[in-house]
Amino acid sequence: MALKIADYKTQVFNDWCPGCGNFGILTSLQMALVDMQLAPSRVAIFSGIGCHAKIPHFMNTYGIHTLHGRALPFAIGAKLADPGLEVIVHGGDGDGLGIGAGHFVNTGRRNMDMTYIIHDNGVYGLTKGQPSPTLKLGVKTKANPKPNINEGINPIALALATGYTFIARSYCYDVAHLKETIKKAINHKGMALVIVQQCCPTYNDINTKDWYGGEDRKDPATGKPVPRLYKLEDTGYDGVVRKPEEALVKTAAAFAKAYEWGDRIPTGVFYQNELVSTYQERISQRIADYLKMPPAKQVIADREGKSATSITRLLEELKVT
Amino acid sequence: MDTKKSDFIWMAGGPQGSGVDSSANIFARACCYGGLHVYGKREYSSNIKGLHSYFQIRVSTEKVEAMVDRVDLLCTFDAESVVRHIWEVTPGGGIICDTGVLETKIFSIPTLPPSFLEEFRKNLDEKGLHPETVNDLLSELKKNDVRIYAVPYLEMLKEIGKEVGEEQLSKLTRMINVLTLGVSFGLVNYDKKNVEKAINNIFGKKPSIVSMNLLAFNKAYDHAREKFGDTGFKLNTIKTDEERIFLQGTQAVALGKLAGGCRIQAYYPITPAADESEYLEEKQVLENGGAIIVMQTEDEIAAITMATGAALTGVRSATSTSGPGFSLMVEGLGWAGINEVPVVINYYQRGAPATGLPTRHGQDDLRFAIHASHGEFPRIVLCSGDIEECFYDAAQAFNYAERYQTPVIHLIDKALANSNMSCKMLDPRLVIIERGELLNEADISGKNYRRFDFTDTGISPRLPIGTPGAVFWNTGDEHSETGHITEEPMMRTRMLEKRMKKLDTADREIPLGEKIKFFGDEDAPAIIVSWGSPKGAILEAMEMLKNDGYRTGFLQVRMPHPLPKEYITKVLGKTSKKIDIEGNYSGQLAGIIREKTGILMDYFVLKWNGRPMSSDEVYNALLRILQNKAQVRQVLNGGS
Ligand SMILES: Cc1ncc(C[n+]2csc(CCOP(=O)(O)OP(=O)(O)O)c2C)c(N)n1
Ligand code: SF4
Ligand SMILES: [Mg+2]
Repeated sequence: MALKIADYKTQVFNDWCPGCGNFGILTSLQMALVDMQLAPSRVAIFSGIGCHAKIPHFMNTYGIHTLHGRALPFAIGAKLADPGLEVIVHGGDGDGLGIGAGHFVNTGRRNMDMTYIIHDNGVYGLTKGQPSPTLKLGVKTKANPKPNINEGINPIALALATGYTFIARSYCYDVAHLKETIKKAINHKGMALVIVQQCCPTYNDINTKDWYGGEDRKDPATGKPVPRLYKLEDTGYDGVVRKPEEALVKTAAAFAKAYEWGDRIPTGVFYQNELVSTYQERISQRIADYLKMPPAKQVIADREGKSATSITRLLEELKVT
Repeated sequence: MDTKKSDFIWMAGGPQGSGVDSSANIFARACCYGGLHVYGKREYSSNIKGLHSYFQIRVSTEKVEAMVDRVDLLCTFDAESVVRHIWEVTPGGGIICDTGVLETKIFSIPTLPPSFLEEFRKNLDEKGLHPETVNDLLSELKKNDVRIYAVPYLEMLKEIGKEVGEEQLSKLTRMINVLTLGVSFGLVNYDKKNVEKAINNIFGKKPSIVSMNLLAFNKAYDHAREKFGDTGFKLNTIKTDEERIFLQGTQAVALGKLAGGCRIQAYYPITPAADESEYLEEKQVLENGGAIIVMQTEDEIAAITMATGAALTGVRSATSTSGPGFSLMVEGLGWAGINEVPVVINYYQRGAPATGLPTRHGQDDLRFAIHASHGEFPRIVLCSGDIEECFYDAAQAFNYAERYQTPVIHLIDKALANSNMSCKMLDPRLVIIERGELLNEADISGKNYRRFDFTDTGISPRLPIGTPGAVFWNTGDEHSETGHITEEPMMRTRMLEKRMKKLDTADREIPLGEKIKFFGDEDAPAIIVSWGSPKGAILEAMEMLKNDGYRTGFLQVRMPHPLPKEYITKVLGKTSKKIDIEGNYSGQLAGIIREKTGILMDYFVLKWNGRPMSSDEVYNALLRILQNKAQVRQVLNGGS
């Protein structure tokens, strides 16, 4: 029987603020899984700590709500042990780019076959609105006594520099676009990053739904708002690397796009390269039967409960009589 | 009473990077091939090239598990090694040195730190000696019946170079270690075949290097025999039918983990733990199928969280570290605790805090291992006392972790990690795998599975994530049976109690023999309590005291948490002298025993100078206690 959206929902009371952008991300994720017909018990959703990080509790899949900034290493451990798992990781902008920045960087280098979705709301939601690492210099959101003294991190540029092989941006209220982007990310062979511009109506009074939608700047001719967000696909931009020699040029183009912000903010796929070997492929070169017999599936005891691992050869190497 | 006179203590000293380790390895193996037992202790600085390091090897006809304070034959590569270890050489012993260092001025050796030189000068003044050069110093020693075997290293190397057509001095000086080995073995007139076999074993991968080294060895051996003749030492081979291996502590742990079914290891490099992970990575593909994955992470936070994430899939996983790394792991440890995840941490202590003594021994982290984390959760701490225990404990740690679904900290220390010894072949068939209440798809079919169900033992049957037919949740927040967040007071009370109950279950179920080992007489008038690497020195000291007519008992605490308090109370309650021996300042185990049993130790023998305890110093400290001449607290400071 086909899986329906209800199969991915839990009964847990959702305590996000009314109008929170996280709702759109949750719905898009559920819709993506329905489209892909992924069995709930094959999916493991990992998250860090923050408002965003409650998402596993609303998903009827294996849900691992970890520590602030640490969702990635937890998830990598699980994927390494059981490569058959569909692993999706949710991070916050503080969680993933502040306290967890070291993991963000090193995850790129590995190119594990997983998906990482960052809920970027420019603030530390759960600790009541302090500026997050993506908030731009000089911006002052509601709860902050002073304007931001730091420049914001550019997560897309950072991802390009650290080896992510799928890098996209989407928007929490564009559920159709976000759903498709998540599907592309899951389908991608390698480490996929989706930055979601997520509105936080409670604490971020700068990057609001109206701001993204351009309500403050109406076209004098039509009287209609001119949205700040636009879709890369609509401009003929193509970030997909199909031949190795394209990689550098497409990386450079994606870098340029990554720095567009303010009046025009690109969404869609900035960069994708499936020609890079995944971590799983790299391990398989060292351990031929890794995928057939991954760590989680290896038999370690015989019927009588004795160790099934032979270390005879290793002991032989150490022998001195 | 002295430590066994028949044992032979050899020491090689030289700058780091000059081959001290490989010479010691060859020396030890050569002795083993001849049926002898060896115990080797490695001391090095936090430095890659140039600073002093040494390897001390004790050779015996019986199994040995501790070092003593004397050196019979000191084999030096440079002037510093002569100066550093000169007073350790026993009367009747000898020193091998390069004729080229004889004129070196002692107080101009640049790598000797001012504090050492100051102490050294004081020592000389007390002895009324005023040597300027290494030769002056050695001449003084001759009066002490120490023999000097000066050999022209460079000349000999050049000769060898000529024979093999190698002129590059830097390549030739790399063989100083084998040259001094040749002299060593020549002096003790040892069977050459065994040494040649050892050289082949160590350099076997490169035939040209093997033949050059064999030549150097033989030349030096013959030179020593010709020039120095019989020296009073003789190392004889003996026959043995026992199957033996030569093993380092980190290897023992690694092998135990493999046999114990560990299949994921996440680590961040740190001394002295990293050797274990590197060995595992090198040997990762297993001979009868399967493999262990060794992941070098970006930091220790990633190491423990990765290992924990892996454990959720049902695999046995671990991380390996020392103090600074474990400090970073603490939040992750708590997550594994509250989520009841079996994860093993092999914790190699070294001198601490902060970077402390990064390459030196310490036993300062017992309390930290037991208490690290905010909040309360059950954990099991297991302490190995010798290299063989390291093997079996490394495997057993996973059984405890899975049975009680909680982190297990396997405490080891640098003295175990970096020591080598010959021992009976390990028996992997003794490794039993107990996976605890681990469910599979069939077990949960048609049922509404809840990860944290309440049970009498506190243990909720566990299911690997990814198992078809179910889902569950984990969270670092307090949670209900399903694993969803809760802040309800009643649920919090019950859930925390459920977790803590597992510690009582473990305490009840784990047999006493796995938690404690007792040696000697339970009703002896003096009972020693200790944990970890001092074991070997204590056992030998007890043997020496027995020959002096003293009866002692030794309670080796292998599981300080949960502490087998009834038994400890019973044994300590009967004795008139309760003696704590451990490698830290405050007597951490004694403190824990007092907390759990109310019993206060009468005597403390403590050491924290970065060097392991020797049998001699433990013996002397105990003797003082037994003769009622000791202060409550004795601080040991031996070792160079
Ligand atoms: C080690 C640690 N430090 C601090 C906190 C407190 N804390 C909880 S959530 C949070 C910030 C969350 O911000 P973000 O990651 O952007 O998530 P959001 O709430 O905005 O979704 C912080 C600092 C914590 N939980 N753990
Ligand atoms: S604080 Fe912001 S991010 Fe958090 S739930 Fe409320 S609206 Fe959402
Ligand atoms: Mg945020």
